Amino acid sequence: MIRFALRRLLTAVPTLWLLITVAFFMIRLTPGGPFDDERALPADIEANIAAHYHLDEPLIVQYGRYLGAVIKLDFGPSFAYRDWTVNELIAAGFPVSALLGALAVIAALVLGTLAGAGAALRQNRPLDHTLMAFALSGISIPNFVIGPLLILLFALHLGWLPAGGWSGARREMILPVVTLALPLIAYIARLTRASLLEVLNSNYIRAARARGLAMHQVIVRHALKPAALPVLSFLGPAIAGVLTGSVVIERIFSIPGLGGHFVQGALNRDYTLVLGVVVFYGILIIALNFIVDLLYAWLDPLIRYDRR
Amino acid sequence: MRQVAVALFALGTAAGCGAPPPPPPVVDERPAPAAAPFVAGTPVLRRGNGGEPETLDPHRAQSVPAQNILRDLFEGLTAEAADGSVIPGAAAHWDISRDGRRYTFYLDSTARWSDGVPLAAEDFVYSLRRSADPATGSPAVQVLSPIANAQAVFAGHLAPAELGVRALNPRTVQIDLENPTPYFLSLLALPPAYPLRRANVEAASDTFTRPGMLISNGAYVLAEWRVGSRIRLLKNPHYRDKDHIAIGEVHYYPIADQNAELARYRAGDLDWTYDLPNARLDWLRQQFPEALTVAPWLGTYYLGFNLTRPPFSDAPDLRRALNLAIDRELLVDKVTRFGELPSFNITPPGMPGYHQPRPVETGWAQAEREAEARRLYREAGYSAERPLRLELRYNTSANHKKIALAVAAMWRAVLGVETTLLNEEWKVFLQNRQQKRVTEVFRGGWIGDYNDPYAFLEIFRSTHRQNDTGYADPSYDRLLDRIAAEPVPVRRFRLLSEAERRLLAAQPVAPLYTYVTKRLVNPGLKGWQDNLMDHHPSRWMYFAGGGSTPDDPTPVAGGEGP
Repeated sequence: MIRFALRRLLTAVPTLWLLITVAFFMIRLTPGGPFDDERALPADIEANIAAHYHLDEPLIVQYGRYLGAVIKLDFGPSFAYRDWTVNELIAAGFPVSALLGALAVIAALVLGTLAGAGAALRQNRPLDHTLMAFALSGISIPNFVIGPLLILLFALHLGWLPAGGWSGARREMILPVVTLALPLIAYIARLTRASLLEVLNSNYIRAARARGLAMHQVIVRHALKPAALPVLSFLGPAIAGVLTGSVVIERIFSIPGLGGHFVQGALNRDYTLVLGVVVFYGILIIALNFIVDLLYAWLDPLIRYDRR
Repeated sequence: MRQVAVALFALGTAAGCGAPPPPPPVVDERPAPAAAPFVAGTPVLRRGNGGEPETLDPHRAQSVPAQNILRDLFEGLTAEAADGSVIPGAAAHWDISRDGRRYTFYLDSTARWSDGVPLAAEDFVYSLRRSADPATGSPAVQVLSPIANAQAVFAGHLAPAELGVRALNPRTVQIDLENPTPYFLSLLALPPAYPLRRANVEAASDTFTRPGMLISNGAYVLAEWRVGSRIRLLKNPHYRDKDHIAIGEVHYYPIADQNAELARYRAGDLDWTYDLPNARLDWLRQQFPEALTVAPWLGTYYLGFNLTRPPFSDAPDLRRALNLAIDRELLVDKVTRFGELPSFNITPPGMPGYHQPRPVETGWAQAEREAEARRLYREAGYSAERPLRLELRYNTSANHKKIALAVAAMWRAVLGVETTLLNEEWKVFLQNRQQKRVTEVFRGGWIGDYNDPYAFLEIFRSTHRQNDTGYADPSYDRLLDRIAAEPVPVRRFRLLSEAERRLLAAQPVAPLYTYVTKRLVNPGLKGWQDNLMDHHPSRWMYFAGGGSTPDDPTPVAGGEGP
């Protein structure tokens, strides 16, 4: 297991390097620069700003300079938010995105697994059909439709919850978390249902039943763990997706998370901010995948990474 | 929607029913320590602000969101009244020399920094030099260009100390100008001319704009800055006119999405929106007749022709044909719909002292314009068999797209022109427009930095970096030089008028309409006035009947419900 972990960590380094390199040159090949604006600057002032940010050096020198800084986890100053460094912006935005994402994932796990298990145990009965109909609509309706609808209903018509903003109050988190969690709940419910049905029809469950174990014991002791495998493999990319993909939610609910920096950073040609966020997410996703792989080994006795 | 400014003073400290009375004004003439406790103020004004300011360094800021906040935090030698007119700021009064080239400002003896230290003439000398210094990298530095030696300082040929600014004594600032510039006083009310305190900047050059560190001299001080969430300002207890400031606390919310902002207003979270979604005009008119505010803005929306490439190089008649074929009334009635003013001029109407030249087509009916357009189009050698094919570029926006579609349809219907619409991302679009290598017709818009026709005419100088049409006319450039040097206002305005006439006759652009600003404003919020610059300092505002307090997020009574 330790050898496996070390091997994974070692492959992470070239992966990250490739990511940085591709992202660096891609953003630099994009037309337009961070300081192009409708009002063009006097030439000498533009040159001065470029020199201040080393943009006047050959690209390969800048690339080397950037790699050197990234090794020290210094992402440099933001070009578009000139009073802040990229590290400060990530430090301010990531906790917000992470809290939002974590709450949504927890809600999705609990509700999705419960709904999926409920549907599987009542296969082809009304409960199953109702839950699966909800799940299907949860997957198909995009969150930029659900979000404004929830705001309209709960914030404007009923007046129960705020229409947006993020000052730390719990009430503000409910609508964005629900909006973010709905498609996840739906997806997890469907995955759980399908895999639980498959497990329940397998021979060792039949054997357990034949030995006289009660149904709830069979499910809790023998069925749930293997049935969780597909959910787990979905969860790794899903968490990453929730963290990066909350751009839409952040915009609808005016939440100061990291997702907005991704999009706005690219539009502003804020080279350092985009790269910083890309590298940060790169590290995060590699770490998440690593954790999921370890959990796999723990859940499934057939998977042992150290065996040759 | 216009309010009477005098009422402000009568209601200066009005705190309404429900809200606790405001704290007594802090009267402390002694210089206080930097960490003087600021009294949290009521009522609170909550303003949607469109986006995150790129910086709160007034010498480096350029965006409208940043300028809105800076206008509350700082005060130049001059300031702006609620109607946008120039009034004394940190300078109580001033003298202007007979030739209009030397301004002497006498500082208000009560003008102080937010830590209580009196403002000195040297602060303005330092700040104007810093702002003009190319090392500062000020994007809005052109605002200072009338000052003597400014251009040479911007270009790095002269040291910032050579800028035509000096302190005659601790309370007197003298500024020499290159040319008499009638609008110079209004420039001093803009962020590039705001003062910064040298010790404050030099102690922490990267972080002096943070809350707790920024020392400012305006009606408000920076209390909190959470990127992407909100910026909170508190009333400055050392502000020279503090007794007339009614709003105790201002919150700026960087809400970029217009629908999200509208929802926040409807939920009672905002008193003032930055913008409105265009598509919802009818609904807004119905739901918020009192809160909906639409006012002319100092900006012109136009289409530019690239004069450096075929088919528009050396083809003024063809450009005129395309210009005349656009039905501007239809465009503002059916497409833009917020009461924009149809225009054939590059300058917006309503500039004080200026008589706009009226192109002859202004007085024609649309049918006459179209007949003339067809004639010119035929004479340029185009016909139904041999139609003009052109590309119209615009940057990504639902509004620009609709306008481009409508214009293309008009050109097709009237002339048979075949237009290809090209939508480009903002920075790509800007680069193409500036390079002039691929553009044919492009969307353009210009918002004046100051309320004078020169702000619109100078961008067509052959050497101006903003001249994306490539219009180059030595006579026009000479006219601009004469305007800059002309000290007599009447003669200067006549020259400006002549310059605009000359420009319009050459048809480098087809102006479409004058911009309007549009927003929802809490009907209980008073004291502000429509103005062409769309500058609305919070210091003039107050709530009729109170307002919300920091602990009480419920909306103001009297506003319209959802």
